[in-house]
Amino acid sequence: MSIVKTENVVYEYQRLDEEGNVEGVTTAVDHVSLDVKEGSFIAILGHNGSGKSTLAKHINAILSPKEGSVWVDGLDTAQEENLWEVRSRAGMVFQNPDNQIIGQVVEEDVGFGPENMGVPTKEIWERVEESLRAVGMYEYRKHSPNKLSGGQKQRVSIAGVLAMHPKVIVLDEPTAMLDPTGRKEVIRAARGLNQVEGVTVILITHYMEEIVHADQVFVMDHGKIAMQGTPREIFSQVERLKELRLAVPQVTLLAHELKQSGIPLPDGILTRKELVEALVAYKNSQK
Amino acid sequence: MLRDITLGQYYQTDSVIHRLDPRVKLAGTLVYVITLFFYKNFVGYALAILFLALVIRLSKVPFKFMVRGMKSILFLLMITVLFNLFLTPGTPVVSFWKLHITQEGTALAVSMALRLTLLVIGSSLMTLTTTPNNLTDGMEKGMGFLRIFKVPVHDVAMMMSIALRFIPILLEETDKIMKAQMARGADFESGNLIKRAKALVPLLVPLFVSAFRRANDLAMAMEARCYRGGDGRTKMKPLKYKGRDFTAYAILLFFMVFSIWAGRLRLPMLMVGIVQ
Repeated sequence: MSIVKTENVVYEYQRLDEEGNVEGVTTAVDHVSLDVKEGSFIAILGHNGSGKSTLAKHINAILSPKEGSVWVDGLDTAQEENLWEVRSRAGMVFQNPDNQIIGQVVEEDVGFGPENMGVPTKEIWERVEESLRAVGMYEYRKHSPNKLSGGQKQRVSIAGVLAMHPKVIVLDEPTAMLDPTGRKEVIRAARGLNQVEGVTVILITHYMEEIVHADQVFVMDHGKIAMQGTPREIFSQVERLKELRLAVPQVTLLAHELKQSGIPLPDGILTRKELVEALVAYKNSQK
Repeated sequence: MLRDITLGQYYQTDSVIHRLDPRVKLAGTLVYVITLFFYKNFVGYALAILFLALVIRLSKVPFKFMVRGMKSILFLLMITVLFNLFLTPGTPVVSFWKLHITQEGTALAVSMALRLTLLVIGSSLMTLTTTPNNLTDGMEKGMGFLRIFKVPVHDVAMMMSIALRFIPILLEETDKIMKAQMARGADFESGNLIKRAKALVPLLVPLFVSAFRRANDLAMAMEARCYRGGDGRTKMKPLKYKGRDFTAYAILLFFMVFSIWAGRLRLPMLMVGIVQ
């Protein structure tokens, strides 16, 4: 069953000059149609300015499409009366960890969403505990968010969204401001949600390493979907990815270069382990 | 250097005073400060000092934290004392040159100093024993009655708690911008007042821009988490009066009535002076 569906979504930003006149129009999202199945892990990839964040904001009804429609769990996001229902079913985690934590104590921040939804006090506590445990931040529940690392802050943000019991979580470049350790923590937490809690995850990113485990990948460029498929299908087109200004993971790049210099390796190698296995198999076949 | 500034000087420990409902503490501070202005003799002040000492003892907050708050008003205190001491007309006790210290002046100066000191220590005891969060919660609930006059109580409380959350972040940011500007040759420390004020412009402009950007992001994040004002909102930590809160209210009431009664007795030797 599809949980998020977009049909020919168009969104434009107006550029204004200093007097406030319309100088020009930038089409950030250009006729995008996609269909996300419930329980899947989706990645949307693209370089800066490709329109991927704009698209993400449509799923949470922060932005409304200029043309076309977006449905979340069967609800049309353009309808005013669906607004809060859409937002409670599709949670969103943003890029800057400091600018989305409202509470002064970790557990209070996680409780913010359920408080807004009018969940009874006792149930808020249950939800907070279960969400903090799901992202592995339970022992930090009494801490001040200011004292946490970037990765920990983002995990708190994820828990804050999770406590609202959404069906979809949209992560809008959650790792862009983090160090490599923090990045790994966040991606692990996101995968955990998908596999353990069964929440549909839509990960927006420009780091290719993070999409290796996705069920399906969409690559965006100039507001359009340029490529789509499984990670393996995407990674097998190294030249095309380079054209789209995306950095291919080192392992995939190495495999690609080796193949071009004449070593017969399979397409779309994603992990170091796969490359080692492929090379061993090649060596054995040479004997 | 900016990180040394602490706002909301909460002292973490576990005591009866810490566990009291914030509304009790807010009301208590208010009552205490108001009673200070009713005394006409020093018996009242003695009672007030005794009461405060007792509460401080119960709160387990070391006394030096109370005194810390005094530093900021030391100057004001000195001026008040000096003016009252020398400029109150009455029976002179000591005179030299054109200055006279009068009996009334001494009494008034001492009483003013006591008032100010007790006022500051009393209210800092509240902030020392209540987390900023609890305090805003207490204000929201305790002043809820203002809603009938269309005062947006919830919104104000929410703004206060967001401000408190962002103070350390913005301080850190100021520090960062300052260092970045200093690395490019900005000078914040030398020159006269005007020059220094001018030097702050390249610090404040980026700070403001970034504060607005943060506000924009935060508003979006709050809306994404279904925030739509105070209506229909439940509380994760609702405030509920417990037995000890009523006891505290009773003690407060008794203190107020008794100390005002004792503080207004006509005891000629202990009178404050002209306040008659």
